[in-house]
Amino acid sequence: MKNLEDMMLGRRQFVLGLSGAAALALAACGGSGDSGTDEGAADAGDAAAEGTAIKVGLICLHDENSTYDLNFINGFKEAMGTLGVAEGDYMIKTNIPEGQECYDAAAELADAGCTLIFADSFGHEDYMIQAAKEFPEVQFCHATGTKAHTEGLDNYHNAFASIYEGRFLAGVAAGMKLQELADAGQLKGAAPKMGYVGAFTYAEVVSGYTSFFLGAKSIVPDVTMDVTFTGSWYDETAEKEGATKLIAGGADLISQHADSMGAPTACENAGIPNVSYNGSTVDACPNTFIVSSRINWAPYYEYAYDCVVNGNAIDVDWTGTLATDSVQLTEINEAAAAAGTADKIAEVKAGLEDGSIHVFDTASFTVEVTADKNVNATVDGNGNLTSYMADVDTDAAYEGDTEVIADGFFHESEYRSAPYFDLQIDGINLLDTAF
Amino acid sequence: MIHITKRKEMPLPQALAIRLLAIALSLVVCGVITAVMTGLNPLDVYGTMIKGAFGTQRKIWILLQEIAILLCVALALTPAFRMKFWNLGGEGQILVGSLASAACMICLGDKVPNALLILLMAVASVAAGAVWAGIPAIFKARWNTNETLFTLMMNYVATQLVAYFVIVWEVPKGSGNIGIINQSTEAGWFPQLFGYKYLLNIILVALLTVAMHVYLTYSKHGYEISVVGESASTARYVGIKVDRVIVRTLLLSGAVCGFAGLLLVGGTSHTLTTTIAGGRGFTAVMVAWLAKFNPAIMAASSFLLVFMGNGAGEISTAYGLNHSFGDILTGIILFFIIGCEFFISYKVHFAKKEGERVV
Repeated sequence: MKNLEDMMLGRRQFVLGLSGAAALALAACGGSGDSGTDEGAADAGDAAAEGTAIKVGLICLHDENSTYDLNFINGFKEAMGTLGVAEGDYMIKTNIPEGQECYDAAAELADAGCTLIFADSFGHEDYMIQAAKEFPEVQFCHATGTKAHTEGLDNYHNAFASIYEGRFLAGVAAGMKLQELADAGQLKGAAPKMGYVGAFTYAEVVSGYTSFFLGAKSIVPDVTMDVTFTGSWYDETAEKEGATKLIAGGADLISQHADSMGAPTACENAGIPNVSYNGSTVDACPNTFIVSSRINWAPYYEYAYDCVVNGNAIDVDWTGTLATDSVQLTEINEAAAAAGTADKIAEVKAGLEDGSIHVFDTASFTVEVTADKNVNATVDGNGNLTSYMADVDTDAAYEGDTEVIADGFFHESEYRSAPYFDLQIDGINLLDTAF
Repeated sequence: MIHITKRKEMPLPQALAIRLLAIALSLVVCGVITAVMTGLNPLDVYGTMIKGAFGTQRKIWILLQEIAILLCVALALTPAFRMKFWNLGGEGQILVGSLASAACMICLGDKVPNALLILLMAVASVAAGAVWAGIPAIFKARWNTNETLFTLMMNYVATQLVAYFVIVWEVPKGSGNIGIINQSTEAGWFPQLFGYKYLLNIILVALLTVAMHVYLTYSKHGYEISVVGESASTARYVGIKVDRVIVRTLLLSGAVCGFAGLLLVGGTSHTLTTTIAGGRGFTAVMVAWLAKFNPAIMAASSFLLVFMGNGAGEISTAYGLNHSFGDILTGIILFFIIGCEFFISYKVHFAKKEGERVV
């Protein structure tokens, strides 16, 4: 899912000359993109036989240098600590590409005695399924994937979190900030405008920026937002350039869904408030960081572990929520946030938890349906959604297959864990959609 | 004072001894660095790396398969390098080969019988790779453009081309991901020999190694390549059509890279990503160079690099060290191996003050 490597490699390779020494530098820089292998620390244990302890594996696309993978690795270690899993009984394989290497890594973990194996990247999914078919006694859990509910395998599962609720809360913080700027007469234009740097035009990103926008809109109804896409999950330069472009285009505040420090850094340099993702960026951006939403994966790891140990089935699709503590906001940076932000967030969070507020309340946004936009949607005279057929069952034709509007709101992450909200709503302006 | 003279041909046993000494020294240096920087026992770390490469039957298969693919790319670059045509476009040639294979699998997967589909994939990927290397070759032959830059730039074009088609074929929409192609029908997947996933790839590359050795050593083409490499003027003088040799050789070089792309898509990963070549187009430069463009020795240098890579992964998991640490060790070992060539080609004289000479 992340294309860190191609960008990194491109840079490195470019400077190479032709001598053997240059070739040396190349290998030393790790151009070969090899997969990690492991299982060394674990001795072919007997704990599993006792039914009390099992071995667990985690497959990561990159290593802790990526904020995305770091978030998984931290959650994994935290869960292993909470569960009291001995150090030799869990293994992490890093730098596993989204190819045959993922299958190999999963199979090696199974060989090493793991009976519960996680993977963190979207592109790992098919290889996890391949391994799941070959090792029916091992449970495979894939974060962000979409196919578990259609594959029908007993030992293959998807997981995600209702991060749209976290984004919505982060959007509330953004709205508070915009209101403060408006009250002080410091907006760049007549109406508040936000900018958003996204990776791909994928539902996961669309759902994220739309929920963020709706959170802000709940505070400042006249807000608009420009979105730009980088075509990569990790491309520091492109993210920085994207944010700079949005700031130049009149954005009063920036948020992002991509995994580098590019956008936060651009905001700090320009003195524009930033709402971050994956974790706090306050250390690098003390003057502009407001708050960040993140998925806490530890509860899922603990849940799946308990299921395996107790012989229970793991949910085909598991969606973490605010209630499971899977959706978190980092600490608010009082230096940049508007006064009263924490109280307002607490109030809205309570509303989300008791069901009085829905992120995708159809009354809170309008949609335009044209021949090539939002074709699966039906709207009433005011432009409010009355029906939407979402592409929940992944297929090559992107066919809408499931009605997701009911009780006046869009039911996100209910029919599968991974987000499927991919509507283009009014007020959000996509600057480029090449990706 | 130190002065350096070029040696005549060094006897093989002596040359081998120098190389072994270099490897031994590099392991000592690696050991010291490991102990100082991580506090781990270097012997344990080496043991873990060996276990990572050979620890289980599966690991050995993975090792052999990785060696095969890397060797295939190195074999592809060899004829061009022997001609002193610096083909740095292996990465792009693999990518277009992969793209062609994937295109056949996606577009024809349910339309033609499997045997025919695999044949079409082979033809398409070999042709695509050949075209990708042929374009800079023609420019070189016609207008004497710089092949290093040209082949390098073609990598970026190939990457963007693949990125474009990934978006065309992505599932689900917007995800930038194709996933395993024909996962249910397995159309276009290479058959498994005797139940071993990677055996076919390994056998194909073994055959290719022999064929390339024969081609370079015993064929007229191979001889022409060597002559052009030594001196284009000499080649012209003896009546070799240099332009033709350049283009022909690069078509071969690109075709074999395209074949590597076929092995990656049809044989193992069954998908297409912009990173599927995994830097092998560049790593193979070193594989070929270390082996002095000798196909048999290339198998050994491929083994060394793949072993180090797999070992690096193992220590990152076993000790929580970053992958980069394994890369540092690889770098040190290669530094010694490449550096020792200097002592094989040259003799160093240490002259004492009085002018007394010691070896």
